[in-house]
Amino acid sequence: MTINETQDEIIEEFALFDDWADKYEYIIDLGKKLKGLPEEQKTEDNIIKGCQSRVWLNARFENGELFFDADSEAIIVKGLVNMLIRVLSGHTPNEINAADLYFIDKIGMTSHLAQTRSNGLASMVKQMKNYAIAYGLKA
Amino acid sequence: MITTDILDIQKIRADFPILNQEINGKKLVYFDNAATTQKPTAVINAIAHYYNFDNANIHRGIHTLAERATRDFEASREAVREFLGASSIEEIIFTSGTTQGINLVASTFGRKFIKEGDEIIVSGMEHHSNIVPWQMLCEEKGITLKVIPVTEQGELDMEAYENLLSEKVKLVAVNHVSNSLGTINPVKEIIALAHEYGAKVLIDGAQATSHFNIDVQDLDADFYAFSAHKLYGPTGMGALYGKKELLNAMPPYMGGGEMIKDVSFEKTTYNELPYKFEAGTPNIADVVALKTALEYADALGRENIAAHEDMLLSYATEQLSEIEGLRIIGQAKKKVSVLSFVIDGIHHQDIGVLLDNQGIAVRTGHHCTQPLMQRFNLLGTSRASFAVYNTIEEVDRLVAGIHRVKKMLL
Ligand SMILES: Cc1ncc(COP(=O)(O)O)c(C=O)c1O
Repeated sequence: MTINETQDEIIEEFALFDDWADKYEYIIDLGKKLKGLPEEQKTEDNIIKGCQSRVWLNARFENGELFFDADSEAIIVKGLVNMLIRVLSGHTPNEINAADLYFIDKIGMTSHLAQTRSNGLASMVKQMKNYAIAYGLKA
Repeated sequence: MITTDILDIQKIRADFPILNQEINGKKLVYFDNAATTQKPTAVINAIAHYYNFDNANIHRGIHTLAERATRDFEASREAVREFLGASSIEEIIFTSGTTQGINLVASTFGRKFIKEGDEIIVSGMEHHSNIVPWQMLCEEKGITLKVIPVTEQGELDMEAYENLLSEKVKLVAVNHVSNSLGTINPVKEIIALAHEYGAKVLIDGAQATSHFNIDVQDLDADFYAFSAHKLYGPTGMGALYGKKELLNAMPPYMGGGEMIKDVSFEKTTYNELPYKFEAGTPNIADVVALKTALEYADALGRENIAAHEDMLLSYATEQLSEIEGLRIIGQAKKKVSVLSFVIDGIHHQDIGVLLDNQGIAVRTGHHCTQPLMQRFNLLGTSRASFAVYNTIEEVDRLVAGIHRVKKMLL
């Protein structure tokens, strides 16, 4: 599935919800389902700065594709991160770099992107793209 | 238990247009007053009026507008003097807020009078703005920073404080009220003890001024800093009180216009108090509006405001205590209307997001008091803080909101 196909799929899933609580319960559920990171990978190197909750991101590069694992103390952030991983993980650095993440706006989560300082979704996206740039140069 | 109010809260609410709106489809409940209070129409109008009718640069102008602007600016200084109980307007310096007031004292008094080997005492419940300026000074000059420990209840350990005091201590900097816990600190006693050793005392009054009357002479404070925006006034302005003999002995803070008497390339002489510390064109409109804010609180009566807030605090404390897994952080005997809490197994950020979706604004995080959070082994709390326009019904909304959050998350 392409990055945009996954985004469209998520947008369709969210179209089913007509009230904020359903939407958030779904995100919370996604947060609970995210595998997270083993303690030894929750390192200072992997931490994403500038978030109210701590968020850790780890990247693996395999056969030309980039895979992400992440964790957070806050469950809503974890749910949002789950979606980001679903969209971006398993794609080439070039694809990730070029991705326009329109699904965040379409599912009404832009405020989480804007509140850079408090929950760091924007920092998370930036860090994922930074990995893509770094591995893109190596590849 | 719920005492009847002298104040007509619904009428007061009508003075704050911002409160009358929906957030995420629900009526706004604004419980982030410790971060900043909302502004009454009178204050908003005072700013508009200044720019519509009186705007001119102050002090040097000869024309009518300049005179009017100067008169209103200085009238505000007199209002602040009266509010703080200072003996002279020379002791009132306008600043951009508490943070600038503290930095001013660190850069002038601190640089001149505190030397290598000396000590500064702060408390374990300070806002970062009453920690970092002192750390910077300590680093620059080889001064040692000592910290008054905080008890489990969220009070200052006064015995430990006494043990920290010695002739080496040149300054004690503590807050009057803790922004994270709501604790009202015994600053009069803290000041008296410090003075026994010849140390000066700066009080960070940011969280005190909206809740009760201040009397710097009765406290015998050497410096007292506050921000207008926490007491129904505009953001980005405030005042610093300093004892006249100290301010006179201190070097200027920033150089520029307004703070000088005569400038030549051979020798510049400085202006007298308080202008010596007010370089550049100040925030005239907001200074003028601060007077309106003080008058607004005076008209309601500060005792009445405190009584209403205390009622909300005790009701909320009682209600929140009954929620399973919820722990109130900060159980001092004397508190203002600040209620910090944590819920087992739930991150404060999730609480903040889910309450916001119900139209309830609380603050979550470390509240710029990371050392205090570390003291309680926390990364942060959720904090509800009440002002005069808040109601029992709103506290009920918070309680229901928290139950909902718990149900969604656990
Ligand atoms: C106790 C305390 N001190 C200092 C400050 C800083 O005030 P300002 O940001 O207005 O300078 C605050 C504001 O949050 C505070 O609560």
